[in-house]
Amino acid sequence: MKNKIINKKRKLDDEAKAGLLFILPPIIGFLLFTAGPFLFSIFASFTSWDSMTDLTGLFKMDEIDREFFYIGFDNYKELFSDGDFWRSLWNTLIYMIGIPIGMVWAFGLALSFNKKLPGVKVYRVIYYIPVVSSIVAVSLLWKWLYNGDYGLLNQFIEWAFGVKGPNWLDNAYTVKPAIMIMCVWRGVGNTALLYLGGLQNLPQSYYEAAVIDGANGWTIFRKITWPLMQPISFFIIITGIIGGAQMIVEPQIMTPSGGPDYSSATIVFYIWQKAFGSADAKGYACAAAWVLAIIIFVVTAIQFKISPSSDNYLE
Amino acid sequence: MSNANELARYGSQKRNKTLGNFFIYLFLTLGALIMVIPLIWMFFSSLKTPGQFLTTQLSLKMPSNPQWGNYTKRVWEMDPKLQRGILNSIIISFSTIIVGTFVSSLAAFAYAKLRFPGKQKFFLAELATMMIPFSIIMIPQFIIYARIGWLNTWAPLIIPGMLGNVSMIFFLKQYMSGLPTSMIESARIDGAGYFKIYWSIILPNAKPAIAAQAILWFMGAWNDYFAPSIYLNDPNKLTIQVMISQLNAMYAIQTDYPLLLTASVLAMLPVLIIFMIFQKQIIASVAMTGLK
Repeated sequence: MKNKIINKKRKLDDEAKAGLLFILPPIIGFLLFTAGPFLFSIFASFTSWDSMTDLTGLFKMDEIDREFFYIGFDNYKELFSDGDFWRSLWNTLIYMIGIPIGMVWAFGLALSFNKKLPGVKVYRVIYYIPVVSSIVAVSLLWKWLYNGDYGLLNQFIEWAFGVKGPNWLDNAYTVKPAIMIMCVWRGVGNTALLYLGGLQNLPQSYYEAAVIDGANGWTIFRKITWPLMQPISFFIIITGIIGGAQMIVEPQIMTPSGGPDYSSATIVFYIWQKAFGSADAKGYACAAAWVLAIIIFVVTAIQFKISPSSDNYLE
Repeated sequence: MSNANELARYGSQKRNKTLGNFFIYLFLTLGALIMVIPLIWMFFSSLKTPGQFLTTQLSLKMPSNPQWGNYTKRVWEMDPKLQRGILNSIIISFSTIIVGTFVSSLAAFAYAKLRFPGKQKFFLAELATMMIPFSIIMIPQFIIYARIGWLNTWAPLIIPGMLGNVSMIFFLKQYMSGLPTSMIESARIDGAGYFKIYWSIILPNAKPAIAAQAILWFMGAWNDYFAPSIYLNDPNKLTIQVMISQLNAMYAIQTDYPLLLTASVLAMLPVLIIFMIFQKQIIASVAMTGLK
């Protein structure tokens, strides 16, 4: 057996050696910082891990400690009976209404960008500025715009309509739409560019054929542009859901406590608070993270299943 | 008859086109205003005095007596020191990206052009990393970093990045696969080693793609907030993004909001400048991401 391994190693030619050497650093990184923690978090989600737990003490525990430490599905049971957990899940779902809103707006923008009109390139740059702006600075800025007494939004509402606007971020009904609008504002330029890339890649011959056949603009859009853009839409929805499910910085900066009645906290906010806040429940937070991960995996898998264009996209 | 019809149709189409273009510009301009008004407001507000700031919220013009001192002097006197945060962010992002780009492009070259056992498996394993939510691995990572004494140091922000960036490896692999293999073969016949091939053939040919990826990475690293906010708490080690969020919590009580907005503008500026310089390449490479 040992001989065989040595033989196998001898067989590696220079090319294979170079190849393996070149991919070694990312593989080490993958094992240490992703695969290792990934497996560890499964284990941790069944324990009462906190920052007091000593890794080296794990193997020297007595019976009582062991019972206290390995708690089976208790984390998950507690999680499902915690109202804040369900609220944060619900909030995360509501924020995702921003994805289709942003997509419609972005598609309109991409169609406009795709027209060869003078000056249109300047607009592309303008719409992309919020995308590259620091998320902290932008969240702090919008926190001001939403300020109940002084904020630009309410001052404008009072000037234009003569009514006093709500205190957007301190109101359980308005805080989610307020944060969602900011996210749409920040993301629309990026989505528009993704659509634009798709539009520029459409085969021109389809359009020529359609024009010769006498199809009007709306028919061309409905029968050619829209179906051919399905893979891009699919990509945007998938990345939007994976990204949206992990949103945290915006609510964290704009509503540090999670909003009135926990109405702005996202699921990752909940995990973060449990793991690094005063609760210091790291095992419990791992369990919550696993629930989130399973939701993401399932939703992504369903989408790959139902999407008619997924084969197309996968090519 | 049909000719006249055609002509009439052509005329109305032309009129429709002008009208259509007008609405396109209107749609684009209204949206563009929504995009930039908050940012313009931010810049002008940063030039006001605290008193002015509270009384002239609605004005979108340069204040009559712009407080340039906010930028030249006062913002640098805040505590913790903003200049320290900027320097920290520069050190962290540059060291990570320079080493990480080298490592990632080398790995991408191996995946694109070299034959070695387990290639597909290794590549798939790395791609799978992109699917794993950060919140799953962040807690075990934190426990590991605490164990090996990396908390409150820059190591968790630098070392993993130096070992390569998965999305960069993926994009560069795609790009390098398009380079002709014959170049490599003839270099092999001339007796060049694989690293030499990477260095003198692949690297020069993939330069534009590597540069675009490195710029995108820099923008992400500079704006990163969540990870550094977990690992750092020593005021002298904070990145600029964590620092402005902490400054806000501290200085908001003193109601010196223009000064806080000045700090925020400065935190945004480096990436905005880089974006303006390279906007053509950045926009082109973002537009391609959906097509991969």
